Amino acid sequence: MIRTEEMLLNVGPQHPSTHGVFRLVVKIDGEIITEATPVIGYLHRGTEKLAEDLQYTQIIPYTDRMDYLSAMTNNYVICHAVETMMGIQVPERADFLRVIAMELGRVASHLVAWGTYILDLGATSPFIYAFRDREMIINMLNELSGARLTFNYMRVGGVKWDAPEGWVDSVKEFIPYMREQLKGYHELVTGNEIFLDRVKGVGVYTKEDAINYSLSGPNLRSTGVKWDLRKDEPYSIYDRFDFNVVTRDEGDCLARYHVRLEEIEESLKILEQACEQFPAEGEIMAKVPKIIKAPKGEAFVRIEAPRGEIGCYIASDGKKEPYRLKFRRPSFYNLQILPKLLIGENIANLVAILGAVDIVLGEVDG
Amino acid sequence: MVEELLHSSPGLANFGIFFLLAAVLLLIVLGFVTYGILAERKVMGYMQLRHGPNRVGGKWGLLQTVADVLKLLLKEDIIPKAADKPLFIIAPVMAFAPSFMVLATIPFTDKFQFADIGVGLLYYIAVSGMTVFGMVLGGWASNNKYALLGGMRAGAQMISYEIPLVMSVLGVILLTGSLNLNDIVAQQDDTAWFILLQPVAFVVFFIASIAELNRTPFDLPEAENELVAGYHVEYSGFRWAFFMLAEYVYLFAMSALITVIFLGGWLPPFDFLGFIPGAVWFSVKFSAVVFVYIWLRSTMPRFRVDRLMEFGWKVLFPVALANIFLTALIKTLFF
Repeated sequence: MIRTEEMLLNVGPQHPSTHGVFRLVVKIDGEIITEATPVIGYLHRGTEKLAEDLQYTQIIPYTDRMDYLSAMTNNYVICHAVETMMGIQVPERADFLRVIAMELGRVASHLVAWGTYILDLGATSPFIYAFRDREMIINMLNELSGARLTFNYMRVGGVKWDAPEGWVDSVKEFIPYMREQLKGYHELVTGNEIFLDRVKGVGVYTKEDAINYSLSGPNLRSTGVKWDLRKDEPYSIYDRFDFNVVTRDEGDCLARYHVRLEEIEESLKILEQACEQFPAEGEIMAKVPKIIKAPKGEAFVRIEAPRGEIGCYIASDGKKEPYRLKFRRPSFYNLQILPKLLIGENIANLVAILGAVDIVLGEVDG
Repeated sequence: MVEELLHSSPGLANFGIFFLLAAVLLLIVLGFVTYGILAERKVMGYMQLRHGPNRVGGKWGLLQTVADVLKLLLKEDIIPKAADKPLFIIAPVMAFAPSFMVLATIPFTDKFQFADIGVGLLYYIAVSGMTVFGMVLGGWASNNKYALLGGMRAGAQMISYEIPLVMSVLGVILLTGSLNLNDIVAQQDDTAWFILLQPVAFVVFFIASIAELNRTPFDLPEAENELVAGYHVEYSGFRWAFFMLAEYVYLFAMSALITVIFLGGWLPPFDFLGFIPGAVWFSVKFSAVVFVYIWLRSTMPRFRVDRLMEFGWKVLFPVALANIFLTALIKTLFF
């Protein structure tokens, strides 16, 4: 008597394509997934609880380690939250430095997303090309902040270091180079039949699903929702720049791929304008008290990180440490739709769908 | 030369000569595997803005593969507790043995060939199909879910590519009127290389051969991003090396076969270049084929497993059939 049996398969936490220590318990019938349960928390460090015993400036390095691929936006969100509570006006030069750093970080982050996604699909070379170009950004941010990944660059009221001489010019030179490379990326991967076959129509969800699951960033915009906080709730000096919000209507993995690549182009536009308008001189720190004490009360701010909306909620009782700190970490929310997407797909599509969500486990686990 | 020996009376001297020749072939193949791996790593390295191996054995990492093999020999030999021990041990051998067996029929030059049998091409395809048993067995015996999936994929992949592979060479066989590899080369001497006469067959054969070799974009049985390492996930040390060795010997054999069937074997491209020995021409063409395999590997993403079957049955198979039909039609009408 022949009978078939469902098999329980542990994908991860040590698996090449889970982008870190992410575990997925899937029930498979042959290669078809019938049930998927994500297990997270292997990288949980209790950032929020730790922050309750730390002064605001001391919290900033912890945010570097959440979404370690775009640490600049994380730096910004905590500073922005404290500045909102204290009503600090950030000097213009500092704002420009912050925007340039954040947009460079966005390009770097999308490059990693692009490279690792193609790597997940089995092609090895594009990954290395993406990292070559990311390396240039990392070097620039290294010159700016003294670190390659965990920048710890921004402070409440401004930034820690001024740009070294000629730094803005090096950013300017990078923009046309990156545009040229993007063309190469499209030539190498976007038109590839095998690639299209792997991603087209895979992992589709609707606009309603995306909103109901609270997705954000490219995951949301790939379904046609035109929602970008840089445009819709401008923070910092984003209202000064002219750029488009990239959307796609299909809602599949290919749409997410396209949104990310085109967002790189839009970020380059912002960088170009920011470098043009960069003030020749000025303060990089506002006048802030030596010991930062947020006034009693609470505040919630949200900004557009490469992976979606990152939010920061601070409840303060007027001390130099927050009473409660909470981050809305976009990867965590984006991941929630995964079990729904995986049902009925095979193992090969699991990798394609998970890669297109683009999670960073440091952020998922907090 | 070998043919005469085969028909002579058996004796100690003949045995010695055969043993020597076999040892020579073994050394050639192992030499190829050693430097084929190095070449693959170097070529892929330069395509990927790296240098590849460059420390062991002087400037170009000439002894890198040797060092790797030594390391594999010294590694602890692990057999999982829950594995089916006899099958687990025998699987790498089953995958590996046919890869050497197929080399016997390949004519490297007009003189250097081990068995000039009448159905050389059929022999190659039949024997090379046996390797997949080793993979399925290895995957199954490992008692690991990823390995099982990889082994099953190897089986499914074999079913989808093997038939287009055979069908595509039928056109060549029709034109030659023989399954003998020497006859196929001789026929190309009379007319033209079969890559020119049978371009469709060449393309189908080449694609199917990548699937047979389990190389990107058809490396589904060992898809590292999906199945970690596929059918050999539980293997380590020298058992693992046997799987890898089989893979690279097949790369050697398949490139040699393509050279023989489609690129005119040891023949020079133009007659006035005939003063250069056939072995040189063979190795030049052979290296070009190997290079294309490496090139594809560093460029292409991987096929999806269910699409491979569709591709094999719905695209490659009809194309190969149409090619046979056209070839037969042209041959009866015009020749």
